Amino acid sequence: MQTLNFQQLWRYQDQLIDGTLHTLLLTLAAAAIGTVIGVAGAAAVRSGPRPVRWAIRGYVELIRNTPSLIQLFVVFFVLPGFGLRMGAFEAAAIALGLYFGAYCTEIVRAGLDAIPGSQVEAGQCLGLTRWQVFRHVVLPPALRSVYPAFTSQFVLLLLGTSLASQISAEELFHTGGFIETRTYRSFEVYAVICGIYFALVMTFKLLFAAVGHLAFRWPVRR
Amino acid sequence: MRSFSLGDFLSLLSALQWTAVLVVIALGFGAPLALLLALMRTSASRALRWTATAFLQLVQGVPLLGLLMFFYFGMPVFLGVEMPPLVAVGIAMTVYTASFLGEIWRGGIEAVKHEQWEAAACLGLSTWHQFRYVIAPQAFRMALPPTVGFLVQLIKGTSLASIVGFVELARAGQLVSAATFQPLLVYSIVAAIYFAACLPLTLWARSLEVRLNGAR
Repeated sequence: MQTLNFQQLWRYQDQLIDGTLHTLLLTLAAAAIGTVIGVAGAAAVRSGPRPVRWAIRGYVELIRNTPSLIQLFVVFFVLPGFGLRMGAFEAAAIALGLYFGAYCTEIVRAGLDAIPGSQVEAGQCLGLTRWQVFRHVVLPPALRSVYPAFTSQFVLLLLGTSLASQISAEELFHTGGFIETRTYRSFEVYAVICGIYFALVMTFKLLFAAVGHLAFRWPVRR
Repeated sequence: MRSFSLGDFLSLLSALQWTAVLVVIALGFGAPLALLLALMRTSASRALRWTATAFLQLVQGVPLLGLLMFFYFGMPVFLGVEMPPLVAVGIAMTVYTASFLGEIWRGGIEAVKHEQWEAAACLGLSTWHQFRYVIAPQAFRMALPPTVGFLVQLIKGTSLASIVGFVELARAGQLVSAATFQPLLVYSIVAAIYFAACLPLTLWARSLEVRLNGAR
């Protein structure tokens, strides 16, 4: 049995921290792109003209039924074809944003569908404006029903950003590869990388649970 | 340099069988483990529940790519022998499948009302028979649509095996792309093959969801 040696890794602390920050940045960038796509997509699927609805359905199915890794490759090789020169990190943010957007569209659509039409009508009967109906009648329960699915999808996105290393975007997993080539301690490196991902995921899960507990504590009658 | 030919397309298609092999391995070993985890998570013993929960949190808190690397480089460290990539990939996919299916099936078991267990106990059934003949059939109906949905996740997940050099569909795509210098064309075809494999399952999961929920 080989002996484990984590000591050499200490020298690469700075790179590990840098990689972790880039992973967070990539996750947040992709989540931001994806959330915008998701909200716009869900709105369009519910009330857009038919061709738009079909286009969005097609996009959602296409993304959900192909591996994220292949999507990354396609985006990475497609963009230069359109004359867009960009780095691997930006390409990864776009590819992962498109990926997150597809799931987000479904999540937001389901959240909006969960609100009975009669509630909107009740709000209108009270003389609320369209905006007031949306703000006070539709939005709070929709956010609440979207929240669990959205946060777990966010965690999956965080884990999924590790794939960006395969188009050489510099994030945590890529940092792992870099340290591995310097130290040849493959197992130790990836064990540490896994540990960092685990710590990030747990932090976000706790954070989301705390926010959910504070923000959505009004009672519901079922 | 050569251009993309029919032969390349056929080599991509034949690589699909290794994707299928990975899926079969992951399900074959992962499903029994998932059932065990689901039963542990719903058991009366706190120790069993916590062990299963810790395992699930750990596996689901790490990227699948991380799991792959962990077992790929970890096997020689733990066992002292080099393993072919298939073994490491198979173990990683099994662990991944077990944790996600275990959670799905736990949800199915918990969705069956507790009175059903009590009613079965009143009939004098042993705990295993209560599960086997009363709870499991009902839980199966609830858990089937998300299980089929997970199959899609699993098929997509096998693409990561390419990263440790295991030649399945995604890796075959990389090889063909490197030989032909037509990455866009090749990866689009690879994506189309995955799509053709996954879409029927997605549609099946959706129709099951409508059918089984409607019948409840």
